[in-house]
Amino acid sequence: MILDLAHFIKRERPHWKDLEKALDAIQAQRLDLSDLKASRRVLSLFQRACSDLARIGASNAEPELRTYLETLVGRGYAEIHSSGRRAHRFTPLKWFLHTLPQTFRRHIGAFGVSVLTTVVGMFVGGVLLVAAPEGREVALAPFPHVAKQTPSQRVAEEEKNAKSSAEHLERSKASFSGMLMQHNTKVSISTLALGLSYGVGTAISLFYNGVILGAVCLDYILDGQIVFLIGWLLPHGSFEIPAILIAGQAGFVLARALIGWGTREGLRTRMREVTPDLATLIGGVALMLVWAGFVEAFFSQYHEPVLPYWVKIAFGSLEFAVLVAFYAFCGRKSEPGKEVRP
Amino acid sequence: MSAPGNTAVLHIATPEGVTFSLPLAGPVTRALALMVDVAVCQAIQQILFIAVKVMSVFAEDMAGGAAYLIMFLIAFGYSSVCELLFGGQTLGKRIVGIRVMDERGLRLLPGQVIVRNLLRVVDMFPVFYAVGGVFALFSKRCQRLGDLAAGTVVVRTVKVIPPDVESVLGGKYNSFRQHPHLEARLRQKTLPEEAQLALAALVRRDELETEAAIKLFGEMVQRFREKVKFPEETEHGLTDEQYVRNAVDTLYRKAGG
Repeated sequence: MILDLAHFIKRERPHWKDLEKALDAIQAQRLDLSDLKASRRVLSLFQRACSDLARIGASNAEPELRTYLETLVGRGYAEIHSSGRRAHRFTPLKWFLHTLPQTFRRHIGAFGVSVLTTVVGMFVGGVLLVAAPEGREVALAPFPHVAKQTPSQRVAEEEKNAKSSAEHLERSKASFSGMLMQHNTKVSISTLALGLSYGVGTAISLFYNGVILGAVCLDYILDGQIVFLIGWLLPHGSFEIPAILIAGQAGFVLARALIGWGTREGLRTRMREVTPDLATLIGGVALMLVWAGFVEAFFSQYHEPVLPYWVKIAFGSLEFAVLVAFYAFCGRKSEPGKEVRP
Repeated sequence: MSAPGNTAVLHIATPEGVTFSLPLAGPVTRALALMVDVAVCQAIQQILFIAVKVMSVFAEDMAGGAAYLIMFLIAFGYSSVCELLFGGQTLGKRIVGIRVMDERGLRLLPGQVIVRNLLRVVDMFPVFYAVGGVFALFSKRCQRLGDLAAGTVVVRTVKVIPPDVESVLGGKYNSFRQHPHLEARLRQKTLPEEAQLALAALVRRDELETEAAIKLFGEMVQRFREKVKFPEETEHGLTDEQYVRNAVDTLYRKAGG
């Protein structure tokens, strides 16, 4: 045997205890590794523990001691080598004004694919609507209340009962809003997560949404109810539809990382690179859907004569313009060459 | 990647030139933790629903909205919040003794936690985590799809108390020291694995059943005697455990120390 184990443990144990205490202090944020003196001491203790582990490993000593040292070295490794990871402290405002729009723009190609898939779906939805009498029912199947009436009938009914509907809505706005937020966020998360199917699931989800949207829009346009349609959809749709498209964008970003298109990096490296971007995009989607949920419950469902259509259209247009400006221009100054991450 | 006993292990090589290993949690352990977490979520939900019910007396609509949000936030937020705040552990994981960590042994980033939990929707497909379970079974690092995408693994948390080797080896009289040449022969003939086994048996002697301990130490003594025969007066009055203790002291002490 090379190692005098009892002597070795007696000599080294105080240093292991010191390292344990230092790591506890770092985890409890009582010790900062940006302090040069403290970091030198911790590094020296960590290197000593590494060297002890190497000696123990070479001598086939007691396995429990080896496990103890491995755990200690593992903890030290995580704290010391992750110190760079903590350098970017999360600040919500910086994340919102810089990271989110920059991340969106960095993956603008994936957003384009998302939009294109939805547009193709909308086209197919329109074709289904006009091609065959049963096409309308098929395309509008998820919304039986929309399918059972013509748009003109619905508009007439909504406007006739506008006051009573408004009174009814007054009593259920918050729960309706909560239900919408929950449902839309679930759909968005699924659209992102289905990127794991190499993007096929994401594409199907977006295509299906497009089919329904295309069928509803064309149904109202063909029936001459364009103003009602825009007034109904634009206030919440100006956030809700882009949110689903961004969730699709995130799904395609995930799919691209899985496929490894245009890069020589390994799968794990590719996934590591996109993980923060996925979290950022879905965070943005969640914020947009919370806003869309409020608008849909508290604003979109009110029709003329309670709320003039021009007010709804103007509000929706303003929202959309702000959204486009936010994603197109926010965080531009800090963008070139110096990425801002949370 | 597999260690003895079919336990999957994650090996991490540090820039300091040392490799350490962490035992990975298998699908069964993780399923147990999940069951505990589901029960915890149900309990939290029921408690919050009582508050919602009280709230509905004063504001029915607001209570309805709150109920939807509570269900959603618990379903998607519980694991993420716990793992972010408690070092990669939910309550279920803490009870079962596992935790989430970065697959390179580094600290978890918030993005990793969020992504691994969002992608549960695919791992849960079609029922009872079938997709995630199958992937974890066949993955080298026992990773479900969410873990693969986020670059995380689930490891078993091991107890971190240094073993009490000193009580076994330190400061006790060893009659074998009177015969340095026989000690040298014992060191020469004993395999490292045999020495390690003898030391482990002494360290864990309190955990062994009395009969099992007697049998184990008896067999070890027989094995050491086959290698080196100490004079009768040296072995006189030694129990088997004391004999093994002397042998281990000899093996783990520097020659001439």
